[in-house]
Amino acid sequence: MSIRIKAPKDFWSGMIFMAFGIGFVAVARDYPMGTALEMGAAYFPTVVGGLLAVMGLVLVGYSAVNAGERIGHIGLRVPLLVIGALVLFGYLIDWLGLIPAVVALVFVGSAGGHEFRFREVLIFALVVAALAVGIFYFALGLPLKLAPQL
Amino acid sequence: MSDIFQNLFLGFSVALTLTNILYCFIGCFLGTLIGVLPGLGPLATVALLLPVTFSLGPTPALIMLAGIYYGAQYGGSTTSILVNLPGESSSVVTCLDGYQMARQGRAGPALAIAAIGSFFAGTVGTLMIVLFGPVLAGVALEFGGAENFSLMVLGLVMAVVTAHGSILKAICMTLLGILFGLVGIDVNSGVERYTMDISQLYDGISIVSVAIGVFGISEIIANLELKEEREIFTDKVNGLMPTREDLRRSAGPILRGTAIGSVFGLLPGTHSIIASFASYTVEKKLSKDSDKFGTGMIEGVAGPEAANNAAAQTYFIPMLTLGIPTGAMMALLLGALMMQGITPGPQVMTKNPDLFWGLIVSMWLGNLMLVILNLPLIGIWIKLLTIPYRFLFPGIMMFCAVGSYAMNSSAVDVYMVGAFGLLGYILAKLDCEPAPLLLGFVLGAMMEENLRHALLVSRGDPSVLITQPISAAFLGVSALSMIALIIIPQLRKQRDLVLAEQGQD
Repeated sequence: MSIRIKAPKDFWSGMIFMAFGIGFVAVARDYPMGTALEMGAAYFPTVVGGLLAVMGLVLVGYSAVNAGERIGHIGLRVPLLVIGALVLFGYLIDWLGLIPAVVALVFVGSAGGHEFRFREVLIFALVVAALAVGIFYFALGLPLKLAPQL
Repeated sequence: MSDIFQNLFLGFSVALTLTNILYCFIGCFLGTLIGVLPGLGPLATVALLLPVTFSLGPTPALIMLAGIYYGAQYGGSTTSILVNLPGESSSVVTCLDGYQMARQGRAGPALAIAAIGSFFAGTVGTLMIVLFGPVLAGVALEFGGAENFSLMVLGLVMAVVTAHGSILKAICMTLLGILFGLVGIDVNSGVERYTMDISQLYDGISIVSVAIGVFGISEIIANLELKEEREIFTDKVNGLMPTREDLRRSAGPILRGTAIGSVFGLLPGTHSIIASFASYTVEKKLSKDSDKFGTGMIEGVAGPEAANNAAAQTYFIPMLTLGIPTGAMMALLLGALMMQGITPGPQVMTKNPDLFWGLIVSMWLGNLMLVILNLPLIGIWIKLLTIPYRFLFPGIMMFCAVGSYAMNSSAVDVYMVGAFGLLGYILAKLDCEPAPLLLGFVLGAMMEENLRHALLVSRGDPSVLITQPISAAFLGVSALSMIALIIIPQLRKQRDLVLAEQGQD
């Protein structure tokens, strides 16, 4: 017996919601439940997480009955590069400082765009890094490390 | 009555200080700038600039953020008139006739009428806050845990009802938002919840990370995947002044649009987009040449622009007086208030009167600035429109990354932005709108606190939520609107029609 997924968007979003709901409830088992009179740390997340899991299940069930649109193209390259650029930035800023981190961010991020011209991107990276230093370091006076201490 | 003048006087004395005028100006300017530029909506704009305002103190921060918000609204209408590509969703309607006017070489009058209509509506909207704000807050001061909890439920339900697309998905997004809002140390018991032993998460996930992630990053990815194609009428803007005939034809639509917008702005979830649609429909019905709408009728610009700006003002009322955000933008501003250490709710008006009244007066000032700033500067805005996205997005990325890092000097916040960006991107592909998630996120911990309080007072009896009359009324309205939406397909069709062209709030 196989159930055809008629609405993939509903099916997958339902699965995601169920996973989160179950996950939140499962982790909450480590926290004190308490009673309705004195709600413990687990009480509210368990109720809300349970509700989310049930709703997710309803969505999944719904997807087997009602037809829906197919999922549009989910790219891999652009999201990976954009989010990779952020992660790299987070890693570099504590290690090397603001300027190298911003330059790396712009380079990796720009690779996700349609066109990648090295010289153009280099200029952008330097301009944006100058902007970041100007706004966050000078104007807002945040204690940021700018570059590795030589 | 004398109270009102006293309050307004206080407001002016706060708003007219040099620093606050400056922040209002910076906010309006940045808001318009980014609103004009394609590819970054007002929500992402405010989220990106939230960290910048963090060090300013509550009043200037809120003044600047509010300025960014209505500046972006305003900039969006400029874009939609000139490019036929709404800079943000509430200007979708302005595209219909505004762009046609631009094609006929009448972009100038269209922009001028949009500015005049917006300013008039903004003034009336601000007056509405002055008149009704204190009344609402007075009522809300009497609320206990049960009432507050039920009011928040109502706010969330309304956000679900007016969300785009599937109700079920909107409910799930709200619940998921609430759960994310619970991460961190439980204020009541001191238990660390869902922190995965990451010390940076003890204070909870930062609203900046969530907002930049689900609005900013997923928008960037979506924009990069899109091919750019635009047709811009840059050389055809000559002569800003509308003719006497234009003004005469616009007066009625502006008045009606203001009235429509003021009411819609108050309703949770709906605000700008539906207000401008409603105004457009009304003008089309009333007009003798209704078949000419869509071909460049000035009424079709004046009414919706007034409506959307009036709604943008009254949109603030529930947030400022009740502490309940009725949309994602107010959820963000509420988050900004909380980050400044101010507990949102009706007591803000009495405990921080300078913040409250200063903000309101500066909103009016901001509207005035927009007119003064934008009509002469229109040439610059038009030039900006021609900048390709690949020039802009390195700067946007930088603000996302440095802004989120700078909040707590913590790379964890940047990683959270990435995580929420990915989640937002995937969920958007599955037709799950991010706005309810943000609302749930902001309200999550507050709901738990109020429910705990209500149950403590009632000795653990959950029926307190329906035996207290006010609380019961809120829940009743919530239930009714849910049921109505599910069982009345006609209403649902209408809703989908109205929201059809809406991207995200």
